[in-house]
Amino acid sequence: MSAALKQKKVGLTGNSAVAYAMMQIDPDVVPAYPITPSTTIIEEFSSYHADGKVTGELITVESEHSAMSASVGAAAAGARVMTATSAQGLALMWEVLYIASGMRLPIIMPIVNRALSAPINIHCDHSDSMGARDSGWIQLYAETVQEAYDNTIMAVRIAEESDVLLPIMSCQDGFITSHAIECLELIEDKDVKDFVGEYVPKDTLLDVDNPVTMGAMALPEFYMEFKRDQSNAMTRAKDAVSKISAEFAETFGREYGLFESYKLDDADVAIVVLSSAAGTTKVAIDKLRAEGKKVGLLRPRLYRPWPHAEIAEALKNVKVVCVLDRADSMNDFGGPLFGDVRSALFDLDTAPKVFGRIFGLGGRDYKVVDAEGVIGELYKVLETGKIEQLNRYITI
Amino acid sequence: MTKNNTMPHGGTIKSGTAHDYSTGGWRKLRPILDRDKCIDCLICWVMCPDSAILTEDGKLTGFDMEHCKGCGVCAAECPDKIKAISMAVEEDL
Ligand code: SF4
Ligand code: SF4
Repeated sequence: MSAALKQKKVGLTGNSAVAYAMMQIDPDVVPAYPITPSTTIIEEFSSYHADGKVTGELITVESEHSAMSASVGAAAAGARVMTATSAQGLALMWEVLYIASGMRLPIIMPIVNRALSAPINIHCDHSDSMGARDSGWIQLYAETVQEAYDNTIMAVRIAEESDVLLPIMSCQDGFITSHAIECLELIEDKDVKDFVGEYVPKDTLLDVDNPVTMGAMALPEFYMEFKRDQSNAMTRAKDAVSKISAEFAETFGREYGLFESYKLDDADVAIVVLSSAAGTTKVAIDKLRAEGKKVGLLRPRLYRPWPHAEIAEALKNVKVVCVLDRADSMNDFGGPLFGDVRSALFDLDTAPKVFGRIFGLGGRDYKVVDAEGVIGELYKVLETGKIEQLNRYITI
Repeated sequence: MTKNNTMPHGGTIKSGTAHDYSTGGWRKLRPILDRDKCIDCLICWVMCPDSAILTEDGKLTGFDMEHCKGCGVCAAECPDKIKAISMAVEEDL
């Protein structure tokens, strides 16, 4: 297909854009339970359902534990399944998340990132999906409404790739992205349907001529081999993301990689940050670039699996890196992204100095001036060669 | 299935394999049928969690001791007016 099939430009919130993508994908089954800030995804999808714009089943369940359980059941029956959640909702799904990934069911779940209680807070941080980073789900993080929309569509293909078959979370920032109207291009319904294609399940409980057992036990003789197979599938997911993103770019004209590099080529110092905060950081980078400072940014788009080798390659000439985490691992060693980035760089012959900063918890604003403060700290380390504080909170 | 091979995708296997796995060794209580009381309603057959109720031509014939794990569900579910199954302690038998 040639680049840039016909698309229409509109203004939508992140949630409206994801709900629209779900309507276009028209999954077989959507078991859903609402929770702020993901609620309007399900609300708007329910409207599409009520208006007859989708043909699949919408199951309004009594909790998120049930939403994920019904998702597992429907996916085991051979359905293409989507649901959406945030924060406590994701936490309530916990035990079933591992069942979905262990059973290799390619469930697609938009996540609208929100802080976990306590204290109760409905605003953005990444503590919800970061807690699920080891649950065997692929994780994509979007910076913009356009990317949240595009990722939702690509997520279907990535999860269902025949040598992957793993569930996927497609994350966007609560309120900052989910409730802010941005301009984006919407793909035609037919072109979305062509891109995602028909889902052909590997196994299905409904095939009565070939009855199967799913979710059986595997005791010490076999459990570990299952996990190794699952781990290998996760490794292959990285190439699937590259392949499907390339196909998406060729078809629709928008390019996405495993991560985004911004002014990184000649950078002396760099910030690594996920999602919407990257936009704010770019404004600060542009400002300081105008003053002659060589600052760059790396924004991981794919977080699970972790593209460690590619990220190490991209950061190998940078001298100092600050990793910004919108979640704390509460381990006296910074946030999860800090640990992953620092570990990825460890084997470089001349690894950059790396420090971490926790920012923006519970929806705390991260402003251009905060990014400038981080860049100031980066330059201080560049000049003195010394990291005074490996990890600490900022925007506080 | 050997350890060096990859495992069945997602743990999906052919159906009916529970039959090959003996759960009878777990049993501490054994169901004892009073054939004179039994009316062959087969509620126990429906309720047994282990398919351990044996039947022939719609009549209860006994218990599959390779699979009966002695849970007592059959005894509890047998209608109150009938109560054809009692649970005996294995070591007393
Ligand atoms: S004791 Fe339990 S397992 Fe055994 S026959 Fe009765 S219901 Fe089935
Ligand atoms: S439930 Fe009681 S009466 Fe009915 S078949 Fe079983 S043992 Fe007989």
